[in-house]
Amino acid sequence: MSSTTNYILGVYDDEDEVLHAVSEVKSKGIKIEDVFTPFPIHGLDRAVGHERTRLPIAAFMFGVLGLTCALALISYTMVFDWPMIIGGKDFFALPNWIPVTFEGTVLFTAFGLVTTFCISNNLYPGNQPDLLDLRITDDKFVMAINVDKNKKVSADDIKKALKDSGAIEVNVK
Amino acid sequence: MAGHSHFSPANVEEHFEFTSEGKKRVIYAFIAGVVALVLGIYLLSKGEAGGHEVANAGHDAVKAGHEAAAEHLSGGAVSHQPATEEHYDWTNRIWANVWLNAVFFTGIAIIGMFFVSLQYLTKSGWSSVMKRVPEAFPKFLYITLPILLLVFFFKGDAIFHWMHHGVTEVGNENYDKIIAGKSGYLNKTFFLARLVGFFALWIGLWTVLRKKSLEEDLIGGTDLFTQMVRISTAFIVVFGASSSMFAWDWVMSIDTHWFSTMFGWYMFSSWHVTGLAVITLTILLLKDKGYMAYVNENHLHDLGKLMFAFSIFWTYVWFEQFLLIYYANMPEEIIYFLERWEGHNKIYKTSEILMVFLNFFFPFLVLMTRDAKRTRIFLKIAAFLIIVGHYIDFYQMIMPGVLGGHAGYGLVEFGMVTVFASAFIYIISDELTKASLIAKNHPFLPEAVHHDI
Repeated sequence: MSSTTNYILGVYDDEDEVLHAVSEVKSKGIKIEDVFTPFPIHGLDRAVGHERTRLPIAAFMFGVLGLTCALALISYTMVFDWPMIIGGKDFFALPNWIPVTFEGTVLFTAFGLVTTFCISNNLYPGNQPDLLDLRITDDKFVMAINVDKNKKVSADDIKKALKDSGAIEVNVK
Repeated sequence: MAGHSHFSPANVEEHFEFTSEGKKRVIYAFIAGVVALVLGIYLLSKGEAGGHEVANAGHDAVKAGHEAAAEHLSGGAVSHQPATEEHYDWTNRIWANVWLNAVFFTGIAIIGMFFVSLQYLTKSGWSSVMKRVPEAFPKFLYITLPILLLVFFFKGDAIFHWMHHGVTEVGNENYDKIIAGKSGYLNKTFFLARLVGFFALWIGLWTVLRKKSLEEDLIGGTDLFTQMVRISTAFIVVFGASSSMFAWDWVMSIDTHWFSTMFGWYMFSSWHVTGLAVITLTILLLKDKGYMAYVNENHLHDLGKLMFAFSIFWTYVWFEQFLLIYYANMPEEIIYFLERWEGHNKIYKTSEILMVFLNFFFPFLVLMTRDAKRTRIFLKIAAFLIIVGHYIDFYQMIMPGVLGGHAGYGLVEFGMVTVFASAFIYIISDELTKASLIAKNHPFLPEAVHHDI
């Protein structure tokens, strides 16, 4: 989160309350930027209205890449570069290649997926986490509202809405 | 989800009604199956049955050539059931079909018990909302046991090479050294003891589990749950041994000379994924009729995941079994796949390709996305095709050994599977009426109702 944006933060201390607060706040026409929680809450992403992650698509692509790379490597080494007869089979003995191809697919999928996940979440060595409120790593739930994206509702109304929905405190950051 | 937040077990009871119209429809299907079967048998006796038989006459020479090649390949040590080739009896095809369907449906029935036991053993919550469906399946064991016994007693020698007259008798013209060496395990008494013994354990443990489960509906509490966990544990141990042994007994011993150490897993994986598909399909059909209101797309998603995962597991086991044999290239092992690929005038090749498509590529690609696993129509199509695919899998396991070049897909096959399937639907529907479709006092039921993934 860059420091130039204005956020209004509602701090809640119960997961059920924050889940209900999400729909309550949304019903007043306020757009929620994100909700930060110390642990996953079922149904929260749907309530906030987050789009589903596109990571599975990335996973599939990496899988296809791994499959292609594995087949390319084996066929280059075993058929074109240095043809070898193993077990009296053809040079192009596809069944023999399946285990390695499978492993290659899994390896590329796993590494590619983890790397994509880390990059898309700004997780890399040396990165300082930019937490809106330190207590979201402990026992508080924080609903963040981007003031710039809520031009139609005044800041005071947003604060009031958060208070009404059960926030124990409302901060501005 | 909001509607479920005030969940109380008292108002979830749901009774399945097996209407007279439904009964009529199943009985009509059964009769249609019988008619197809009788017609098929009649045509078979005339030697005009559909499938590949008509073409066979002209290709006998080619076939003989193939067999000679196979014989040469194997150094003559493992001739495959020459007796059935020489004195072929057309009724064998009927018995092979009875055996095939009895084994296939026994698998579906017992996987119901396996599924429930696994859920208890792992103390899973999500499945408690629909456990009454798989719990009803083992009732069909009462039908398949006598059929298996009947075929074994009266026509065992038509199916099993090791039951042929005199194969273990030194000096007999049928004497077979390899089979004689296996007679300590493959003999009628021990085979029968295993069949009856394990069936008794299966049915016994299921009866106890079912009784406790129904009792739980009346009294509730957690004592019965703990007891059911213990019964399930016992069953998993029994099933671990028996599923492997039945794979060797019922299917692998058909090709008596051949053996594979992966066969137990292979057949179990085929049974398991078929069972999961039947469970899913049953739940979907019940939902279409307005039952199982508490089973939502989250539970269906989990069932879809299981079907997806175990389709891949089946592929893994099937392929590993093939790969080891292909790589080692030992004549006495590779003949099994030669028979199914290019032997017998190539009549099994199409089935083999179709089977791999239906059992791997189709579920793998169709059930891969989250949305497909949460959409009823996709699940329904996938479950149905998995069942068809694994029927073909069992066909491929059993037919080449029993019938050789005389097998085919005709009216007999269609009729037999219709008869078994409609009998299965009738028995299971009847069993489903005997209890509430939702185990209302299951301690994990509230968890299952709020299941969210």
